[in-house]
Amino acid sequence: MPDQSAIMRMGRDLLVILHGDLDDRTVESIEREVTSEVARTSARGALIDVSGVDVIDSFVAQVLARLVRMVRLLGAEAAIVGIRPAVAITLVELGASMPEVTTALSAEQGMARLRRMRADDSARIDHGNHR
Amino acid sequence: MATTAEMPPADLLAMTSVAIDGEADLLRVRSVMRSYALQAGLGLTATTKVVTAASELARNILRHASGGQGVATFEEASSGHNRGVRAVFTDIGPGIADVDAAMRSGFSTVGSLGLGLPGSCRLVDEFSIDSAPGRGTRVAICQWAL
Repeated sequence: MPDQSAIMRMGRDLLVILHGDLDDRTVESIEREVTSEVARTSARGALIDVSGVDVIDSFVAQVLARLVRMVRLLGAEAAIVGIRPAVAITLVELGASMPEVTTALSAEQGMARLRRMRADDSARIDHGNHR
Repeated sequence: MATTAEMPPADLLAMTSVAIDGEADLLRVRSVMRSYALQAGLGLTATTKVVTAASELARNILRHASGGQGVATFEEASSGHNRGVRAVFTDIGPGIADVDAAMRSGFSTVGSLGLGLPGSCRLVDEFSIDSAPGRGTRVAICQWAL
């Protein structure tokens, strides 16, 4: 794992913390690492905390959005949390606002959102079973 | 009353050049751009925007220029009481055949999102591009504190 990131397990979820300045190779290696860690640990969710990242340009945004899609393909939920306000403004003006990606203000809110999404899913499955 | 408005601020930074020829130089470009922006008194949002624009333009050089090589120069700018930063990205690559098309979002010749040029143009106060096939490309950006 590159210096600019850390992966922590929180129950069956993964918390991925990114910080500092991310170059292209670093963000792609984080993408591979997180994807294989989700598969290895059968994680149900992954939160990617970018509150320590100063700059997210179009390439970094593209890789983060791709990472979220990969995690979803593995059957887990994923969200990007803690985007700084100046970074959010920049991403919108740049045209790289990742509209399909679940986001939250903080890791805490993101975790609550992942759990709610799972509760909705299991409610839907239960409902289906009763019919 | 005497005024010093016509005098450039004494602490203007000298010009800095960064050679761009590998991915590690993206980080150098961002870091130098950030120091100039902070030195010129730009706020956090203006700084984040101009650093992001610089990152997009440096990546364009890596992806498009001959051998992925070019140069970025940074300098402080002043206009009356206003201070700012100016950065110029130059390469001697193939140049852009259709600058108008390259300035449209979603136009890409290398399978990227096509946000580099139009996106960085939206992020800064001033943007100019000069390019022609065989002559390379020069993009100048400027961001002001006020």
